[in-house]
Amino acid sequence: MTHQVVSVKTYVAVFLALIALTITTVAVSKLELGEYNFVCAMTIAVIKASLVFWFFMDLRRSSSMTRLFAGAGIFWLAIMLFFTLSDYFSRGWLGLSKWW
Amino acid sequence: MADSETAVAVHPPGLQHHFDDSAQQLESSTLGMWVFLVTEIMFFGGMFASYTIYRNLFPEAFASTSHYMNVTIGAINTGVLICSSLTMVLAVRAAQLGRKNAIILFLVLTLILGLVFLSLKYVEYHEKWEDHHIPGPGFQYADPRYFHQAQILFYLYFAMTGMHAIHMIVGAGLLCTLIGMAVRNRFSAEWYTPVEMIGLYWHFVDIVWIFLFPLLYLIGHTS
Repeated sequence: MTHQVVSVKTYVAVFLALIALTITTVAVSKLELGEYNFVCAMTIAVIKASLVFWFFMDLRRSSSMTRLFAGAGIFWLAIMLFFTLSDYFSRGWLGLSKWW
Repeated sequence: MADSETAVAVHPPGLQHHFDDSAQQLESSTLGMWVFLVTEIMFFGGMFASYTIYRNLFPEAFASTSHYMNVTIGAINTGVLICSSLTMVLAVRAAQLGRKNAIILFLVLTLILGLVFLSLKYVEYHEKWEDHHIPGPGFQYADPRYFHQAQILFYLYFAMTGMHAIHMIVGAGLLCTLIGMAVRNRFSAEWYTPVEMIGLYWHFVDIVWIFLFPLLYLIGHTS
């Protein structure tokens, strides 16, 4: 129709990258990295999610309008997480009595 | 517009009359599907936020409960879902090329992989049931210090993986519908919108798991 068909090779390459990243994230989780365990796991998860968004969900060939909507979803999610968590994590900084 | 009669003659199958052409119709469907997926992002986002809050509120209990997560099944299920995303994208590709048998083959493979995921999820839930790790009156926990906190964390585990599993069950139902439509020759290279839209849904559910797996199974079991 409006889209050129993507080669199977591209999809298989993305698939192999996703499997490789899954193995990496399990391997990294076995290491004792302290706080960096979380950072590494989330970085890999974001890369994997981006690959799925970009290639499998075809955002790379979608219209700007569709991309804007997808981006708005991520942006509003960021607002929710940032403001909710900055509230919870900063409680107690002033040394007042515990809130729960 | 001189050839408006020819335009009527080549009216593509599946094109509804309030759209100018197939491209505009597909664009509208895609945008609508993304709007729905954005609401899903916010929905799961709320659960991810509460998970993060409780993980930071009860770090010791979290380190304790994370030992009971079955990393092997979690990792296998991640692989199964990634495979199912590949077969789904190949089903969409087959639809674009108008290859009916390939569409059915890849949709059935996607469905089977989805059912494998759900079966492994059942095995995992059964383990939790045997260990009395279901929050509620029957809850038991080896470390009495974390009895209440562990219940909250297991509740979050069941809420998040359970909501994800419900999405998988809905996805499996949608795949059955698609297979039925494909068998009845409803799709062609000119019109295969449902395959593409349900593909988007399926990949989105995969993305949710891509975040659930490290957060629930991998973080914390070293500390």
